[in-house]
Amino acid sequence: MKAAPGWIRRNATLAATIAVFGLLFLTASCLYRGFFSWRVLTSLLTDNAFLGIAAIGMTLVIFSGGIDLSVGAVAGFSGILVATLIQAHQVHPLLAWALAIAAGGCLGAGMGLLIASLRLPAFLITLGGMFLARGGGFWINTDSVGINHPFYDRMSRLELDLGPRFHLPATALIFLLVAAAAFVLAHHTRFGRTLLAVGGNEQSALLMGLPVGAAKVAVYTLNGMCAAGAGVVATLYTGSGNPSMGVGMELDAIAIAVIGGAVLTGGRGHLVGTVVGVLIFGTIQSALLFDGRLSPSWTRIVVGALLLGFILLQRLLVRRAG
Amino acid sequence: MSRPRLPGSDRALVLWPVGGIAALLALNLCLSPRFLQLTVHAGHLYGGPVDILSEGSRACLVALGMTLVIATGGVDLSVGSVMAMAGSAAALAFTQGHAALPAALAGAVGVGLAAGLLNGALVAYAGIQPIVATLVLMVAGRGISQLITDGQVIAFQNGGAEYLGTGFLLGLPFSALLVGLLYVLTDVGLRRTAAGLFIEAVGDNETASRFAGLRAARVKGLAYVACGACAGLAGFLDVANIRSADPYRAGENMELNAIFAVVVGGTALSGGRFLIFGSLAGALLLQTLTATMYNLGVPPAIAPVPKALVIVAVCVAQAGPVRRWLAHCFQRRPA
Repeated sequence: MKAAPGWIRRNATLAATIAVFGLLFLTASCLYRGFFSWRVLTSLLTDNAFLGIAAIGMTLVIFSGGIDLSVGAVAGFSGILVATLIQAHQVHPLLAWALAIAAGGCLGAGMGLLIASLRLPAFLITLGGMFLARGGGFWINTDSVGINHPFYDRMSRLELDLGPRFHLPATALIFLLVAAAAFVLAHHTRFGRTLLAVGGNEQSALLMGLPVGAAKVAVYTLNGMCAAGAGVVATLYTGSGNPSMGVGMELDAIAIAVIGGAVLTGGRGHLVGTVVGVLIFGTIQSALLFDGRLSPSWTRIVVGALLLGFILLQRLLVRRAG
Repeated sequence: MSRPRLPGSDRALVLWPVGGIAALLALNLCLSPRFLQLTVHAGHLYGGPVDILSEGSRACLVALGMTLVIATGGVDLSVGSVMAMAGSAAALAFTQGHAALPAALAGAVGVGLAAGLLNGALVAYAGIQPIVATLVLMVAGRGISQLITDGQVIAFQNGGAEYLGTGFLLGLPFSALLVGLLYVLTDVGLRRTAAGLFIEAVGDNETASRFAGLRAARVKGLAYVACGACAGLAGFLDVANIRSADPYRAGENMELNAIFAVVVGGTALSGGRFLIFGSLAGALLLQTLTATMYNLGVPPAIAPVPKALVIVAVCVAQAGPVRRWLAHCFQRRPA
């Protein structure tokens, strides 16, 4: 049998991800009336914008061979921080967002420093970061805080018209912008190639003279900012800040990255895959909602099954290539 | 049988968490002397330390299984979800199936064994990274437990289960005694036979152990099966303790607590070395920390912060560069 061309083999997981999305979406469209519409497609982006932003940051970390368990807690922390700053301290929302994202970046940088300089296992340090951020969020406020500010009202009405029944709200726009920026960063810059090199083989990257430590600190900082950004977008989506938001979000984010073709040992993956992974996650959720008979707990089971399928597929591809 | 390493260095690692527990208990003693007071009611011991033993017994049990998995160089993230599944299955067996205690207990442990078999097969035979392979059940397991309980908290009545969860034997909590017995049995079973060395050999260098004639994949797989069984039993003890199964909260963060307990106890995350009683001390240290925060009146919502600081501090203290630096400092002093 003739071997498949290189670009097909390189993008086989990405193709599989897109195929799974297409298949799921078509199946749901055949099963449920009204599923095949712009409204559902935009709601996939809108409803999962904050999860998507967290998954994009997680993908970058996974590229470098690391993992970050703190993203859900950081999102919850930044959400309640933004809400409290706006409501109790009359800070302008934009400044509050900047502060929250800076706080997330600082926590990420601290964790990255510990991981890179002391060679500590990433998942233990980020586990510490998770407890720290969750506790910090509850320390600010234990209850959900609603946000009433003219800026938020304007933002929630902001929509990009792309057709008669195709509007993209602000949260979806932010998600797509973050995805585009991350795509350029990961696949078209020196930093992105360094990340993939570090994830592929840290020793080789070091011997090649690549700034391994700096890249690691930078990627955890970026991911902290993404996680905080996810919390900010969640405040925009729900109109409130909740310290218990994002429990278990890190798992969904990791699962989405893997379904999107990122290999958890690092060094392989594609950001477009992560975006499609978010769409797959959203399709499963919407389909269960349309069905109404199945319990929402099926989401997790289906995601788990997909995860298993993709891991086995990756294993097959890696074994054949390597 | 003689072991290749100096026993002194291993023992010193266990002293870290034990010292931590002693320090926390001393802190409690200074702040409120009543914390350590033991009283006898109707032949049963009550008091702070007894609560730590009985409340910490589930985490100790999960840490026992986790020790074996980490010793093979792996990790099992699914234990919390497996606990939830096993607990839900046991509660359903009581309410829907009107099962007797042994059947429900066997069901819970069976769920754990099945989960461990899946994890073990994925890691040992399919060759998938442990974090990824066990992530599957971590995500799906909670969904399954919510599915079988219909998302409801299931309360049940069973005298025998209640005794397992909250009863006393010879004045001590039964669950703590059971877990202690399992620790002793595991230690005897692994350290008095070659099994312990097999596990360490696989964790240290899997290829080398295979060339030495060891069935490395089987050893690895069995570690996950044992871990699953421990998680299943812990799930049963958990629902027996509160007489109800909560598919959402049961075993929450248990994987993280167990991993932390094992690492604090001196077992290296890279595998190849394990200290069974170190994990026991590590799990009890975590429980003592929780009890201390209740005792000091720290709101439960903020309780994760001190935990985070302890985790990071322990990691930093165990890191290679910091250790070398400390050793350097201590060597200079007497000169």
